[in-house]
Amino acid sequence: MRRVISTATTEFRIALRNRWVAIALVLMAVFSLVLTLAGSAPTGGLGVDRLSVTVASLTSLSVYLVPLLALLMSFDAIAGEAERGTLPLLLTYPVSRGEVLVGKLIAHLAILAVAVLLGHGLAASVSISGDAAATSGLPALWRLSWSSILLGATFLGVGYALSALSRRPSGAAGLAISLWLGLVVLYDLALLAVIVADNGGWFTTEAFPFALLANPADAFRLYNLSASGAATTAAGIGGAANAIPAWQSLFSILLWPLAALMLAGAAFRKVTP
Amino acid sequence: MTSTLTITHLTKRFQGVEALTDVSLSVAPGERVALLGHNGAGKSTMMKVILGLIPATSGDVTVCDAAPGSPAARRQVAYLPENAAFHPALTGEEQVRHYLRLRGEDARQALPLLARVGLHDAARRRIGTYSKGMRQRVGLAQALIGHPRLLVLDEPTSGLDPVSRREFYALLDELAAEGASILLSSHALTEVEARTDRILVLSKGRLAASGTLVDLRREADLPVVLHVTARNGYASDIAEALPGAIRVGAALHLTCPQSDKLAVLGRITGLGDKVADLEVLPPSLEDIYSHFSRGTV
Ligand SMILES: Nc1ncnc2c1ncn2[C@@H]1O[C@H](COP(=O)(O)OP(=O)(O)OP(=O)(O)O)[C@@H](O)[C@H]1O
Ligand SMILES: [Mg+2]
Repeated sequence: MRRVISTATTEFRIALRNRWVAIALVLMAVFSLVLTLAGSAPTGGLGVDRLSVTVASLTSLSVYLVPLLALLMSFDAIAGEAERGTLPLLLTYPVSRGEVLVGKLIAHLAILAVAVLLGHGLAASVSISGDAAATSGLPALWRLSWSSILLGATFLGVGYALSALSRRPSGAAGLAISLWLGLVVLYDLALLAVIVADNGGWFTTEAFPFALLANPADAFRLYNLSASGAATTAAGIGGAANAIPAWQSLFSILLWPLAALMLAGAAFRKVTP
Repeated sequence: MTSTLTITHLTKRFQGVEALTDVSLSVAPGERVALLGHNGAGKSTMMKVILGLIPATSGDVTVCDAAPGSPAARRQVAYLPENAAFHPALTGEEQVRHYLRLRGEDARQALPLLARVGLHDAARRRIGTYSKGMRQRVGLAQALIGHPRLLVLDEPTSGLDPVSRREFYALLDELAAEGASILLSSHALTEVEARTDRILVLSKGRLAASGTLVDLRREADLPVVLHVTARNGYASDIAEALPGAIRVGAALHLTCPQSDKLAVLGRITGLGDKVADLEVLPPSLEDIYSHFSRGTV
């Protein structure tokens, strides 16, 4: 336990000095504030409180930003040690690879959690100070917060796995950015293209829900949109949220962090220094 | 007294490359052993096998009565990898404190440890600002943690200035006196010969020689070179008396096998006044080293 804590403290210190902490906090705070202020104007007629509207736009923000931050923090974790030549040294210490990985995860996840909670806290206080009814949006915001942290854990795990597989930080960075583009941006576009081509056939009715659940970012979006009932305000893929039960997307967002971390562990175990 | 490290018939093959072939050796407690060999001879590979970082293809390795890389072995073995560069964002003290905690030791030992390798004044500066030798000393400091029974040091003196090297070997003497075994690799025979108990020479993955410098010198049996300076005008007389000598101005250069050395010396002293001066040059350390390293055994 002491070894895990020491690893986590050391990693946290490194992240602090590499400005990752500052970057994560500032990005989450600034974007959350901007979205809250922008989203607060056109309410009223919809019968939805300010915060619930904001949660819908914060969900989109988290889908892009949280995986990006997680991958940026994790791509160097193993490849960096390998390149600096400290990995063989570390592996001769009486510490297991699992402990090393968990130590790094705790540090990186703590930074992500603080950033998410800061952004969401700011959004909540701004919304509630302008509209007392906004407190009714708090459960949705809280759900968004913890599911964002789970999403972060998934992408941290995937980032560690990429880091272990590529062995070089430059290679790991390239893989991480490609993965982000692929899962967060291109995946949805590709699905849309297939749906259009499929024209209501087998793919649209049978495979499409699974395709959404299989992508941690989409599952996260589905879960938050369906649970908040704000799906109607989101266009495109968000519309599918109504068709897929919330328990399925919940299952996906709970399962993914475990799968990603097991993947990271397996990839790290295969590294020979 | 059991040995700290025992290797029997160790072979390590990478895809296609045989890095180590049938290497057997043992290191006793308190013994300082130097591992020499050309680039790619297999020194680092052997160390990694000893540490359990890579598996042996065949053969047995026992480290402190345990298997390489097992928890028991890891607790008792310290390592200094070649070219280790610690994270530039951490200070020397933070880095060593972390390593202390990983070994379950008191983190407050960090400053005394850094002082022991001469880094006391820089301990609170980031490693990114350190010079090459200073970074190497951080590596040495972490290898001293927790009284290891075996220290495996891969080119520990690379990047150290001559004075620091002296201090480093003095440190090793202290450790060996406390009973620690030391296996270090180096490219400088001149440096290790006085400061280690035994020298191992690896050549293309095979153990080409093992022993003290005196042993190696005897085993190599390289010829001795004699420089004879003639008194004015006697150079030709001497050249006649010493067949095979090469004339270089007033001096004559002569090589002879170790076994003939005394006989030749006798003949030269027999020349009496004709000889102004005589110099005997034993084979240099480099000669002995290249003899074994080239694999001309
Ligand atoms: N991971 C690896 N995969 C394939 N071949 C390897 C690997 N590691 C080492 N080798 C090969 O094994 C041989 C021994 O390498 P090693 O690093 O042990 O040499 P060395 O004696 O430490 O050399 P140097 O003095 O340059 O440090 C070399 O031919 C090298 O190419
Ligand atoms: Mg080497």
